[in-house]
Amino acid sequence: MEEITNLMHGFGVALTLPNLGFMLIGLTLGVLIGVLPGLGGANGVAILLPLTFSMNPTSAIIMLSCIYWGALFGGAITSILFNIPGEPWSVATTFDGYPMAQQGKAAQALTAAFTSSFVGALFAVLLITFLAPILAKFALKFGPPEFFAVQLLTFCSFVGTSKEPPAKTIASMMLGFALAAVGMDSVTGNLRMTFGVPELLKGFDFLIAVIGLFGIGEILLTMEEGLAFKGKSAKINFKVVWQTWGELARHWKTFLRSTAIGCWMGITPGGATPASFMSYGMARRMSDDPQSFGKGQIQGVIAPETAAHAAGTSALLPMLTLGIPGSPTAAVLLGGLLIWGLQPGPMLFVEQKDFVWGLIASMYLGNLVGLIVVLTTVPWWAAILRIPFSVIAPVIIVICAIGAYTVHSAMFDVVMMLVFGVVGYVFKKLRYPLAPMVLALVLGDMAEASFRQSMLASQGKLSIFWSNPLVGGITALALVILLWPAVQRARGWARSRGAAPVGDPS
Amino acid sequence: MSEPESTTVGKRGPELGMAGVLAAIALVVIVDSLRVGIGWADDGPRAGYFPFYIGGLLLAASLAIVVGELRHWRQPDPPFAERAQLRSVVAVLLPMVAYVALIWGLGIYLASALLIGYFMRRHGQYRWPATVAVSVGVPLLLFAVFEKWFLVPLPKGPIEHLIGL
Repeated sequence: MEEITNLMHGFGVALTLPNLGFMLIGLTLGVLIGVLPGLGGANGVAILLPLTFSMNPTSAIIMLSCIYWGALFGGAITSILFNIPGEPWSVATTFDGYPMAQQGKAAQALTAAFTSSFVGALFAVLLITFLAPILAKFALKFGPPEFFAVQLLTFCSFVGTSKEPPAKTIASMMLGFALAAVGMDSVTGNLRMTFGVPELLKGFDFLIAVIGLFGIGEILLTMEEGLAFKGKSAKINFKVVWQTWGELARHWKTFLRSTAIGCWMGITPGGATPASFMSYGMARRMSDDPQSFGKGQIQGVIAPETAAHAAGTSALLPMLTLGIPGSPTAAVLLGGLLIWGLQPGPMLFVEQKDFVWGLIASMYLGNLVGLIVVLTTVPWWAAILRIPFSVIAPVIIVICAIGAYTVHSAMFDVVMMLVFGVVGYVFKKLRYPLAPMVLALVLGDMAEASFRQSMLASQGKLSIFWSNPLVGGITALALVILLWPAVQRARGWARSRGAAPVGDPS
Repeated sequence: MSEPESTTVGKRGPELGMAGVLAAIALVVIVDSLRVGIGWADDGPRAGYFPFYIGGLLLAASLAIVVGELRHWRQPDPPFAERAQLRSVVAVLLPMVAYVALIWGLGIYLASALLIGYFMRRHGQYRWPATVAVSVGVPLLLFAVFEKWFLVPLPKGPIEHLIGL
């Protein structure tokens, strides 16, 4: 069991005093970010990334990934106590979490949510521990065509699985690619789409896009709803935790199902948000008493939280092994790797053992410490939400501006952040998905490089993507996922034509 | 824009506008790719080879959105947002724009103090003592964290230079 030895070594790296300190700082900041509207996992990590440039990469990734875990935990607090999802993936948690809080069972709901998050994450980390080395070894054989095929799979599954209209998913994605192409072309040295503007030479940084799209855009959306926080308060004591755990043990089937959904959606870049909805829907459908959902059913808290955390965690698997992030936050962490001088992808497991296994060990520790931290400090976080939005909003705007400025010490970036903020607001209102744009912006150069290298090898023939079973299989899978919704719609249409010609509502 | 008595803004205008902007960006990408060359040079694909297709797909996607809108033309226009909602969005957006402009002139600390003060007075109806305490305290805290602890210099203006920071 080579993995166990490596993992033990990783615990040795993660369990040093400074790294434990960074873990705690990361978790606390993460919960804070998860609780506050306008700051989320992705832009929270993006804002703090520049502060880690001078840090040792292992400590830096431990801190930043702990921010991510903290944000995943924090999202549940606002959902349950205030009926306001702090994060998109905790929307489904409000369906049953808030009714539970209204019935005076806030402590049970919170305990259930945190425990579910922990269980989901634990399974996902176990999956990473044992699957990642195998996948990395496998991926070492990949050449440019295989890498491009995997990237194609990533982007096709966005189009195929997202709830948004396919044209809008593609538009958002292509906008990301187009922005990624701005600046100097690394192969030929040509300047692309800079139009003589010196600020555009280095292109658009995805960190700025993330801060603008998710941070400023979210503030504008929150302002539109005119938020007034009215929430329940909660104190968790040990007795309630113990009783709730006893009750949770009876729902092990829901846990298993939700974990499976979450891990699948995290590895294929569905992300935590669709995973939580899908898991909630499955739990309701499989339940003996579907009517009780939405009225304070504890399974309605378990299912989305387990799946969201499992998806959020397993999104790091393709990032570490293939260099392809499964979620916007994983994309930001990937950007961090590049900035710290590490090349994500299969070689990471060979060349940077300390880093990889330290990170994986810190996932176990971070989620355990995170569970304890949130269980003991819930009243504090609830108190933060009582600070009126008229104070929190400008402070968040200031933090976003500082975050955008520190990336390159450039005022141009702060202006771009505002532009991205408005784009984010309009995109959200018109149901354009934001994640494909961010991922395209991050992966744009890599996807272009592997495509060009493939074309160079084949002298411009697309048939290279079918040249061997491996690359052909991935490409075929990508196309199937891409076209799946269209096939289903065609089948539904054919059936409705064949059966009774009832007026179609759409 | 059309009916002055309506309290909501329809979705169709913004939808078509956004698709138009995306199509315009697509055209810029395509034209610029043609400029740097979309074919092959001696050493392989030229710089416009990949972006050209990106531009093409973006154009196709935005046209598909426009067509989709036009097909539902006869159906009632779903709401984009209420006018009052848009007003409160603009009430945040304009101070943000002013804030970014002020960072240029005054540096980030003074501009931040003004932004927080404005929000607390305008949207929170706070009294002056609380407003001043928060709007001065937060930038001071940020100064300590960034300039002293992490040694990251942030933009400063004439006031900071005057007191020699």
